[in-house]
Amino acid sequence: MKDTIFAEATARGKAGVAVVRLSGPGAHDAVRVLAGDIPAARQAGLRVLRAGDDVLDEALVLIFEEGASFTGEAVAELHLHGSGAVVASALSALGKMPGLRPAEAGEFTRRALENGRLDLTEIEALGDLIEAETDVQRRQALTVKSGALRDAAERLRTDLVRSAALLEASIDFADEEVPEDVVPEVTGLLDQAAVAMRQLVAGSYAAERIRDGFEVAIVGAPNVGKSTLLNRLAGRDAAITSDIAGTTRDVIEVRMDLQGLPVTLLDTAGLRDSEDTVERIGVARARDRAAGADLRVFLIMGAEPAETNLLRAEDIVLQAKSDSGRLNAEDGISGLTGAGVDGLIDRIVGVLGQRAQGASVATRDRHRVAFQASLAYLDAARPLLEAGSDGFDLAAAELRMATAAIDQVIGRVDVESLLDEIFSSFCIGK
Amino acid sequence: MFHVKHFDVVVVGGGHAGTEAAHAAARRGVRVALVTLKSDAIGVMSCNPAIGGLGKGHLVREIDALDGLMGRAADAAGIQFRLLNRSKGPAVQGPRAQMDRDLYRTAIQAEVLAHPLLDVIEGEVVDFALKGAEIRGVELASGARISAGAVVLTTGTFLRGTIHIGSERRSGGRMGEASADRLSARFADFGVTLGRLKTGTPPRLDTASINWAELEMQAGDDQPEMLSFLSKRPAIQQISCGITHTNAETHQIIRENLDKSAMYGGAIDGVGPRYCPSIEDKIVRFADRDAHQVFLEPEGLMAKTVYPNGISTSLPVDVQVSYVRSIKGLRTAEILQPGYAIEYDYVDPRNLAPSLELQSCANLFLAGQINGTTGYEEAGAQGLVAGLNAAARARNLEQISLDRTTSYIGVMLDDLTTRGVTEPYRMFTSRAEFRLSLRADNADQRLTRLGIHLGCVGPVRAQAFEAKQGKLDKGMDFLVGHQISAADLKKTGINAAADGRKRSLFEALSIPCATVEALTRAVPELGMFEPETSRQLQRDATYAPYVKRQLADAEALKRDSAMRIPADFPFASLAGLSGELRAKLADARPVNLAQASRIEGVTPAALTLLLARLRQADRSKRSA
Repeated sequence: MKDTIFAEATARGKAGVAVVRLSGPGAHDAVRVLAGDIPAARQAGLRVLRAGDDVLDEALVLIFEEGASFTGEAVAELHLHGSGAVVASALSALGKMPGLRPAEAGEFTRRALENGRLDLTEIEALGDLIEAETDVQRRQALTVKSGALRDAAERLRTDLVRSAALLEASIDFADEEVPEDVVPEVTGLLDQAAVAMRQLVAGSYAAERIRDGFEVAIVGAPNVGKSTLLNRLAGRDAAITSDIAGTTRDVIEVRMDLQGLPVTLLDTAGLRDSEDTVERIGVARARDRAAGADLRVFLIMGAEPAETNLLRAEDIVLQAKSDSGRLNAEDGISGLTGAGVDGLIDRIVGVLGQRAQGASVATRDRHRVAFQASLAYLDAARPLLEAGSDGFDLAAAELRMATAAIDQVIGRVDVESLLDEIFSSFCIGK
Repeated sequence: MFHVKHFDVVVVGGGHAGTEAAHAAARRGVRVALVTLKSDAIGVMSCNPAIGGLGKGHLVREIDALDGLMGRAADAAGIQFRLLNRSKGPAVQGPRAQMDRDLYRTAIQAEVLAHPLLDVIEGEVVDFALKGAEIRGVELASGARISAGAVVLTTGTFLRGTIHIGSERRSGGRMGEASADRLSARFADFGVTLGRLKTGTPPRLDTASINWAELEMQAGDDQPEMLSFLSKRPAIQQISCGITHTNAETHQIIRENLDKSAMYGGAIDGVGPRYCPSIEDKIVRFADRDAHQVFLEPEGLMAKTVYPNGISTSLPVDVQVSYVRSIKGLRTAEILQPGYAIEYDYVDPRNLAPSLELQSCANLFLAGQINGTTGYEEAGAQGLVAGLNAAARARNLEQISLDRTTSYIGVMLDDLTTRGVTEPYRMFTSRAEFRLSLRADNADQRLTRLGIHLGCVGPVRAQAFEAKQGKLDKGMDFLVGHQISAADLKKTGINAAADGRKRSLFEALSIPCATVEALTRAVPELGMFEPETSRQLQRDATYAPYVKRQLADAEALKRDSAMRIPADFPFASLAGLSGELRAKLADARPVNLAQASRIEGVTPAALTLLLARLRQADRSKRSA
């Protein structure tokens, strides 16, 4: 008999409502003990929860039947008043019941997988959805959760299996009436698969950025108003500002939602040669982070050129401190007055939004690694096929490996560690 | 009361499975009785007169590596040797030979009769002698009983066999012999599931009535590739086969008479093999083709009969005559024996352990066509395993256990016992996921030492093997022990990546296009190797990088095999799987994850689910 598990499904802390979820064969009975009876499945019912004579709370109770719940098991939800004391008393009462125990991290999701309610890619996407902070992140997570990645992998698999079948036919039925030359069809299929995989790989970087956030570094000489601009964009005093050049030493990060795009703004130390050891470290760090960022916003004064070795195509170069009225406002910006800030946001969103368009459904490193591995096997298979039938047996071996790599995306058995990793990234109760 | 004779092992049936089983058991030093209806039918080739082929040639070599009969008999009787897939890699090359049917039978009979521990008894086995759920021997129609420690049943298509020629049908395993209906009924008592399969044969033609002059002829290879590791060259005169084709007229005749075919008239419900269709099947399924190839294979040097490979049928005799005579070269052909289809019962091999012992009945082993396979080679290989294990059972010896990583035989045993069959099971190289290491050319390197250990390999082969292996080991030591630079390689015409790294000669040989011959220019000592040793080292080197890479797969397979599935695992209630898949799993009852993964229709997602459930069961056991 399986344990019945329970946990707080909502975040901890004061709130209007806190939800405690139960899953397992004893879930419904446990609620009966607390509430006297249970409402009909999928119909909310108000109940007074008691532990003995002690009234715990007045709660909304939801019942899901086995086979028609998130985990696939009998599930119950207690919608309590969101106070730490109320939740603690409910959890404590549940913990005293036989057959019930607190859920381990990710255990609800694990049960959903074990009961076939979700597959691996859906579980990953569910994690992303829970973590999503912006619209673009939400949409991406939902696309994958609806099976887009699984479907892409299945399509690739179909092509590879068909190619392998053609090769195998020409190997195993050489003495019979087999199709003449299978190489054109096989290479055609492999090319098609390779194109699809390259697109998935190419788009995986953008997809990962959408998951993790784009980094935009503000770069420039000391005292051009980088921190002031950051604070203006963030709408709060995230960075210390002063008239003293070299105030910012470390890299300051601010996470923002720019029209649905997740962006981390980086304020960096002003770039100059310095005698000060700490400032030198700050400048080195600034260059590193700026170089690694997805986009750089250069603040310059007058005709002074932006640091050319950091400048990339699509980077944004602006005239700093346009409040001083010294220069035209076309490409000017002022953190102090806010002049040009909306224009900057539009430009950042324009550039990053374009990149986000290219995102594929391969949203994780794991997916990219699998597709790249598969591609490498296909690349090895190609010359073997072209060299003639002599290499068919080896080409077939490459195809087998290529298919196995694709299988890993959907979740193949010998990747047990994968399961552990996936589940360990889920919080209790979610 | 009849006299009761005692043997260690009784083998029922004298076909390819039966003879290998009996001889293999006898080689292990136990007393064996081979019971057959007609002793002069021992070793008869009832279907096409050829041994070997793709996948099948691998099986013959493996039988041979364990000192079985098939390879040697085939070399003694071979009248045309061809290595199939010669233009492809050695891993997928399959040796094949046309047989002189009489000489093959003679060679097998000579081996069987010559073994001092092997007695041939003529008679019909009608029942088993049982003690509880254990087999203790067999009962003959004569009333005689033979007691034995283990019984190997190799009755082929004799279980409720029905022969069809057009609308005519009669009971019988092969033409002119009685079938073993009583045994068929017996299996019901063992709780064994039976299925029904069919297979067909073409009409046999009179060689004198064929106009050979107008046919394209195909000769054997210039350098014949023998089937046994012990043979050097063909023993008898070599011949050519004729090639002809069906034509529009042939197809027309068959189409017009389809309703008279036993298969198409609905008289047969057994499932036939997709890869060996009858001519009726070919014409219906490949309607757009206007010709099919027909090989005219003489059944022997002196034989009157020719086997037209490619036109097996269950049409009435008069239709057979007219369609045969529509084919070029066969305008005046005489049919000596009409083609026929045969339907027969087989035992669902999932009832068997990988040792081929019936799970529900101790001491009873099944081998060959009765297990749903087709082909002499598949039958012989099972016979070998069943014979070795029956001997082990009778005398408490070590069993032979072969897995997918070491042999085609292991692949077949695993496929049969875990996946069962849906059509007559035939070996293909693509069934073997480790085929780059399971080559026909290295069957002895893979298995002969095991055979020596088990005691089924005689001194002649053991000596020949050790001598050969000694040369290979010495050659290998030399190749691994000597290094060569990329620059020196270049001088021999071999292009290696100029990474400044020195390679062992063995590594160098694994570079595409590298040959021992080329390397000899830089390393003259290589010229001392015997050509056959060089060739074999070359093959090993070609595949070495792939074999190494597959080691990880082999390890994963071992890991999955170690993931045991409890006997009471509730497959039927496994949520998240389709009802069909649940039923398949519940039916097959895989004992570990590796087996489960090979069940048809089991997807990676299904396996993940199964694994998750297993680990969950494991966790709750630990926490309990």
